[in-house]
Amino acid sequence: MRIGLFIPCYVDQFYPRAAVATLELLEKLGVEVVYPLRQTCCGQPMANSGYEHLTKESNELFIQNFKEFDYIVAPSGSCVLHLKDHLHSDKHPADAAAIRGKVYELIEFLTDVLQVEKLEASFPHKVGLHQSCHGQRGLKLSQMSEVVAPAFSKPEQFLNMVQGLELIPLTRQDECCGFGGTFCVAEEAVSVKMGKDRVADHLQHEAAYITGADMSCLMHMEGILRRQKSNVKVLHIAEILNAQEL
Amino acid sequence: MKEVKDHATLAEQFNIDEPRVNWHDETLWFVRQKRDRAAHAIPDWELLRETASGIKQHVLSNLHDYLEQFEANAKANGITVHWAADAVEHNQIVLSILQQHGVNRMVKSKSMLTEECHLNDYLEQHGVEVIDSDLGERIVQLAKEPPSHIVLPCIHKKKEEIGEIFHEHLGSPAGMADPQVLTETARHHLREVFITRRAALTGVNFAVAETGEFIVCTNEGNADMGTHLADVHIACMGIEKLIPKREHLGVFLRLLARSATGQPITTYSSHFRKPRPGHEIHMVLVDNGRSTQLGREDFRNSLKCIRCGACMNTCPVYRRSGGHSYHNAVAGPIGAILAPNLDMHKNADLPFASTLCGSCSNVCPVKIDIHDQLYKWRQVIVKEGYADKKKGMGMKLMTQTFASPAAFQSAGKAGRWLLKNAPFTVNNQLNPWYKQREMPVPPKESFGEWYRKNRKKNEQ
Repeated sequence: MRIGLFIPCYVDQFYPRAAVATLELLEKLGVEVVYPLRQTCCGQPMANSGYEHLTKESNELFIQNFKEFDYIVAPSGSCVLHLKDHLHSDKHPADAAAIRGKVYELIEFLTDVLQVEKLEASFPHKVGLHQSCHGQRGLKLSQMSEVVAPAFSKPEQFLNMVQGLELIPLTRQDECCGFGGTFCVAEEAVSVKMGKDRVADHLQHEAAYITGADMSCLMHMEGILRRQKSNVKVLHIAEILNAQEL
Repeated sequence: MKEVKDHATLAEQFNIDEPRVNWHDETLWFVRQKRDRAAHAIPDWELLRETASGIKQHVLSNLHDYLEQFEANAKANGITVHWAADAVEHNQIVLSILQQHGVNRMVKSKSMLTEECHLNDYLEQHGVEVIDSDLGERIVQLAKEPPSHIVLPCIHKKKEEIGEIFHEHLGSPAGMADPQVLTETARHHLREVFITRRAALTGVNFAVAETGEFIVCTNEGNADMGTHLADVHIACMGIEKLIPKREHLGVFLRLLARSATGQPITTYSSHFRKPRPGHEIHMVLVDNGRSTQLGREDFRNSLKCIRCGACMNTCPVYRRSGGHSYHNAVAGPIGAILAPNLDMHKNADLPFASTLCGSCSNVCPVKIDIHDQLYKWRQVIVKEGYADKKKGMGMKLMTQTFASPAAFQSAGKAGRWLLKNAPFTVNNQLNPWYKQREMPVPPKESFGEWYRKNRKKNEQ
């Protein structure tokens, strides 16, 4: 099994440690991972802003980079959801369709494809899990509080495999943090208010770390935490699942 | 024409008073939680939603036939049926009915359709006084504001503010904020209205094609007080509110109140079938853009809406921006997909007032794909040229950068260099991210650079 590692643009530039953790975690689980060097962005920032018609070139580039792999894995629910829903190509429609079917968010891949049941990881801290909307509601990584159906959570299932980790409860388990791509600047006031409220829920329940499967939401919450001079840190879930702290 | 401020600007104003935003958010979240408890108490909730959605789908696909069936049955029952193509025609029809009866004072209960058509203003300009009898609507009417929510029209007002409004307009004691006393004050005031008005207008929640009857759901009974005491009942209804049969009502009545307020059923679900002897019922069937929306394949589903407001209560943006920030009769996520159909220029901002979190689609009792429609409207609005031009230029630049791996890598490197060595170029008031958030700390190398150094050499 050959896996193409897709590292979203802002993770590549600002959070390489989340990408390294993703790579190491996958390697530890025994799969062959390749990072195609010519990758850039999935096109989501343009598409969600109403400019899907401008994503043609980045789509073609994505297809060139990733068509040869058995699976494509990325540490970002939001980018993966965008690719699954909106990756199209006039020139290579079959390749685009194939990619839409084999692109996975990291946790989704570990659960549904690799079916991992045990991890050698240790992270003895109080951790709050932020359920990113696109991962949760879009990719169905966990059950949504609005839906009348049995509860499940793939990210929680994994965090529970980590030694010493204490998952804190939240008052609003799956409320949006307000990042929302360009929403975070176009609707600055509401975005920040949502982020402050989301962070406060974690702080009230004494989280030392906030984690999640989407670095973009975490970047937004980190910006707020640091402005508040809080000691609480954000970590991508891959960093925790890859951690070996004693 | 006055330039309407966009959602972001209005929301920013709303957010100046943070404790008030907290209060607004918590009040609506409380309703959302009540909805959750009510939904989870019913084992077949998801099946009900699916059934309701299917019935509405069927109605939308056969709307013409059901409208004709309804008209024939309603007429046979003695109801006078009127057709209005748009808001102007709707308002003219209502005025003409009032004028025929020499009525210049009317009582009205909860009709978001008449808000959509700006009926109150129109009637006032033509010398007709309108008093809204729903308590929430009466409060915002006295405050000279539009409703901020389709089910909870004055949810944005605190009881102390309502006390002040009642003190000024209805003579309650200054500083009185006891809900019991205020409700009593409103009741005395409204009873006076009910017994002196000869015409009453209501909205319509559901109209049944097979019987020609219609149903009005309220919690206060004020719509019934108005219509029972008046000689003329005018009912105004959007053409999409039809359901085929009476037996379908059970599905919708079970869903409506639970979704709206968490109640099992509205306190009053009143059926109106035929006028009493000597009385008249007029039904105004209003299109006002609905058939246009029916013709827009991507947005047709929005016409399934039964106006429960659940999408507003769950919407994290609505809860923190208030109903008035949507500058449209119907606010929130559903309003944001209905409004561009009515006026794409004026409402071009609304589909962008969302993080696309998707909670609205999950609570919707008729399973409207609200957040997917928000995404689709964004594409339409940009393509038709209603988006901000500066944003378009930024997007083009972004597109070019992402289309070239070399450009992307050097832009990233330059950005990180600037953040590290000249942070003032990024950390300033021109950057909306920085206003209330810190920028990420730039790492010494990107992942791509790390990979080239640490892994690539092993691969080749």
